[in-house]
Amino acid sequence: MAAGILSAQDHGAQEVETGAHDLKTEIKEYIDHHLLDSHDFTLYSYTTDAGEHEYIGFPLPVILWDNGLKVFSSAKLKHGEGVAEVDGNYYTLYHNKIYRTDAEGTINFGAHHEEETHEEDAFGENLVVDDAHPTNVKPLDFSITKNVVFIMLVGLLMFFMFRGVANNYKKNSLPKGMGRVLEPLVLFVRDEIAIPNIGEHKYKRYMSYLLTVFFFVWIINLLGLTPLGVNVTNNIAVTFALALITYLITTFSGNKNYWKHIFWMPGVPAPMKIILAPIELLGTFIKPFSLMIRLYANITAGHVVLMSIIGLMFIFKNWIGSPLSFVLAFALSLLELLVAALQAYIFTMLSALYFGMAVEEDHH
Amino acid sequence: MTIPNIVGAGLIVIGAGLGIGRIGGQAMEAIARQPEASGKIQTAMLIAAALIEGIGFAALFAA
Repeated sequence: MAAGILSAQDHGAQEVETGAHDLKTEIKEYIDHHLLDSHDFTLYSYTTDAGEHEYIGFPLPVILWDNGLKVFSSAKLKHGEGVAEVDGNYYTLYHNKIYRTDAEGTINFGAHHEEETHEEDAFGENLVVDDAHPTNVKPLDFSITKNVVFIMLVGLLMFFMFRGVANNYKKNSLPKGMGRVLEPLVLFVRDEIAIPNIGEHKYKRYMSYLLTVFFFVWIINLLGLTPLGVNVTNNIAVTFALALITYLITTFSGNKNYWKHIFWMPGVPAPMKIILAPIELLGTFIKPFSLMIRLYANITAGHVVLMSIIGLMFIFKNWIGSPLSFVLAFALSLLELLVAALQAYIFTMLSALYFGMAVEEDHH
Repeated sequence: MTIPNIVGAGLIVIGAGLGIGRIGGQAMEAIARQPEASGKIQTAMLIAAALIEGIGFAALFAA
């Protein structure tokens, strides 16, 4: 609850300080920026009286593969305002991506950049659509970005948390400290998710993955609601990786019965079997795909709505706006706490369901 | 966002809302009838709701 209030205040504070030229675009840009991964960890930023941007936070290492390994601190990039020189090569940030450039930091565009396309939106407002892509060389980026840092931190946290609990069980069968919180959750995953879906005899092999994914998604979703501004699960690459692991485990643990149900569905006439086979095969890809989209879309939608409501404060600019925005943001933060746990549960639940399908024995 | 997009997004939200509402309502009824099966009903309800939600989000991204 406290996290929700704090995040509302923090996000609000950031927006005041950016100094608006056009409020609507400012809020839109701010939300877009919040959803993206970044090469530095910034708590907040403001514009000084001299018009310079000041960032409070710390830089992260940038690791590039550009005819050899290039490692430097993202402080050199100055949040896209500077050019970093490494071994005679120059790099700069453009829309959060690193490009190779010259000493002045020129970004080249394709020929169509000059002709900006104009489009009218639903309210008849003229939008400038500028979707030109830079033609600069884009080196392979293996940087430790903000998302990577938080994935590592949560990994370490979980390692020490569960190791401590496990060591405690060796001495004493009664849980102590952290174990008192974790034991009911672990039992919940075992008794409510794993056993009913996978079965009494085979669930043990999958418990390690199910527990890991449950706690990882939950903790990282909760971190996303704190004022730190982390959004790991609304990066589609992260949810893709999680869904890929589920897919691989399902595929490799599939038994004869599972493959038979995909390629030669028993109990239906032969022509139907031929029609069903490609559909079922496609289904094996759609299942993890929907896992990926669901987690990503839920968290992204939650963050966008929350931040838009906070943005209302700056659009109303009167005594109704702030309390309204505060109450709505508070209620929505509470809802997001529920969603954070629910999505972790759904992801684990459906993973267990797919594993259960893969190892199910023939009943006929 | 153009007008067709907004209308499409609205239709998706109406459809998904109706679907999830119906699942929730029916689950309530089922729990009222058989309170001892509430655990199983809740699980099935959440899975069905999650599946509809998944389709809804996929369509929203397309819109």
